[in-house]
Amino acid sequence: MSKEPVAVVGIGQTKHVAARRDVSIAGLVREAARRALDDAELTWADIDAVVIGKAPDFFEGVMMPELYLADALGAVGKPLLRVHTAGSVGGSTALVAAGLIAARVHGTVLTCAFEKQSESNAMWGLSLPIPFQQPLLAGAGGFFAPHVRAYMRRSGAPDTIGSLVAYKDRRNALKNPFAHLHEHDITLEKVQSSPMLWDPIRYSETCPSSDGACAMVLTDRAGAARAPRPPAWMHGGAMRSEPTLFAGKDAVSPRAGKDCAADVYRQARITDPRREIDAVEMYVPFSWYEPMWLENLGFADEGEGWKLTEAGVTELDGDLPVNMSGGVLSSNPIGASGMIRFAEAALQVRGQAGEHQVEGVRRALGHAYGGGSQFFAMWLVGAEPPST
Amino acid sequence: MPEVLRAPLVVEFPFTRSLGPVQSAFLTGLRERVVLGVRTTDGRVLVPPVEYDPVTADELRDLVEVAPTGTVTTWAWNPHPRPGQPLATPFAWVLVRLDGADTSLLHVLDAPGPDSVRTGMRVRVRWAATRTGAITDIACFDPYGGAPAQPSGSTGEFADPVTGIVTPARLDYTYTPGRAQSAYLDALAEHRTVGERCPQCRKVYVPPRGACPTCGVATTEQVEVGPRGTVTTFCIVNIKARNLDIEVPYVYAHIALDGAGLALHGRIAGIPYDQVRMGLRVEPVWTEGARHPDHYRPTGEPDADYDTYRELL
Ligand SMILES: [Zn+2]
Repeated sequence: MSKEPVAVVGIGQTKHVAARRDVSIAGLVREAARRALDDAELTWADIDAVVIGKAPDFFEGVMMPELYLADALGAVGKPLLRVHTAGSVGGSTALVAAGLIAARVHGTVLTCAFEKQSESNAMWGLSLPIPFQQPLLAGAGGFFAPHVRAYMRRSGAPDTIGSLVAYKDRRNALKNPFAHLHEHDITLEKVQSSPMLWDPIRYSETCPSSDGACAMVLTDRAGAARAPRPPAWMHGGAMRSEPTLFAGKDAVSPRAGKDCAADVYRQARITDPRREIDAVEMYVPFSWYEPMWLENLGFADEGEGWKLTEAGVTELDGDLPVNMSGGVLSSNPIGASGMIRFAEAALQVRGQAGEHQVEGVRRALGHAYGGGSQFFAMWLVGAEPPST
Repeated sequence: MPEVLRAPLVVEFPFTRSLGPVQSAFLTGLRERVVLGVRTTDGRVLVPPVEYDPVTADELRDLVEVAPTGTVTTWAWNPHPRPGQPLATPFAWVLVRLDGADTSLLHVLDAPGPDSVRTGMRVRVRWAATRTGAITDIACFDPYGGAPAQPSGSTGEFADPVTGIVTPARLDYTYTPGRAQSAYLDALAEHRTVGERCPQCRKVYVPPRGACPTCGVATTEQVEVGPRGTVTTFCIVNIKARNLDIEVPYVYAHIALDGAGLALHGRIAGIPYDQVRMGLRVEPVWTEGARHPDHYRPTGEPDADYDTYRELL
């Protein structure tokens, strides 16, 4: 028996900001969930199951969000599951929800992901004082910067590429009312003259800390037929994992990322992603990860990704727009960031992205990664139902 | 076999919490000696109040004052109070249904012994002398023989509301690095770096983990590597981390010790930070009493060729 096709019929997110002091964590997640239900014109009673994801427990100190959020998410009397894969969690959460529909376990599933970074401490959560180990570094920037340098050496990319990505994503964010950073006076010179934090990564090439949540309503063919607005159809989805560090690990272009993309393309019958995919929302917390992931995801040959960025191919009006929403570089509620990528890809194929809509997107890729480049989650969504 | 190391690991952090409208009113009320519940869609009064209806998922905002007196619905005697618990002397954990509420609140009852506690007994809030907008503003409950107290007539609106709280979290672990890491640390004490070779792929893991994550087999063959190595990649850290006593800028590098199958992480010094480069040959610098090399410094050898370390970035 073939799988049930999965459709995205409702999408909601909060306006991402530095601190949402006016709401509890439950209130924040609820806001995104309510907007997703409204978009789908459904009520809590129409939902069969709820799947949630959040950042690692130590970040926010909320150990069992599924207990705490059952009433806020209308989950009483229904299955409520929590997914946990570090920074990629928003993507893998959506995929677990989609799997419940594809397997015909449930007809309509609400999936949510969130983080209040203002009430969290990612740097502390990533740097626990483990006995007998030498503390050398705190936070994620210093961890990823050597990998960026390795990419620059391997590809021969000019050192301005990172600033081009940041300048593009911050301008894209100006067209997205939900984006955290709205830097109206952004210039390329400002990006290039911002302080070096973890050389080769500059301040303006890093993501902000955000409070935010994202939610989607996923449903089956019958649910899609009742939807008030065009659905986005899932054509492929996959997750892959690998250790943080092992002999032979390619931190610049991890095997797990390549395998994950290949699995998605196989499901979606894509043989030339560069030509057959119209737009991409990828997880780029440090600007150099755009050219790195362009190669990892098969949009460019090894060492060639930066040329697409440099040529303007990934601009909003380019041939392969990347991070039309402004991306993680403009909004980073870590636990939600992966789901925002998935949701923004779906908005594009639904034609519902508003001012940052790219004309004529038929197929879009949503991508998330997490941990030490060790968890990957992706889906490919289309404007048409998948051919079965 | 050498002794396996153990050490305490305390994970402690004060998390802030924005309260939202309902918890804000509840905790501000306690500060003002008022107990608030919330009315659900089906008309019940929940104490403590919740933001969303547990049955219908409706948003709940109809705050209702209940009395500071109530009835114990069940209890458990605690003969040995622990640090941080509400009372230092033996007490009863109680669920109390306050007069006017339909649900019970978890708190403690100050009583002389378990014989003086029973389900159905009447109790009254004992307010803390200093109140800040926290559940501990109720110091405890006391046995009570009078009539139900009357609510004060509060509207649930207060000046200067409490909008956020700090909730400390603390976890106490005993950490053990295990057999392989303990052997590695023992060798470091003699300024030797000893990894373990995978019997299948022959790669040498430094530090060793006791197993090869690629092949999924145990590693036992000890192999000394280094002491010299190659900087395979690095970054220059320009921002000071609060929990680290390292002056900035400093170089954080991946260093492949000669003979190792993957790079370990260390600090480079003894060279201006802006002259550190990929391929730089380095050796460890030890300081008295330290478990790990303090940093790595240049050996003066010619730089390693990129092809010798390109798989070790
Ligand atoms: Zn092996």
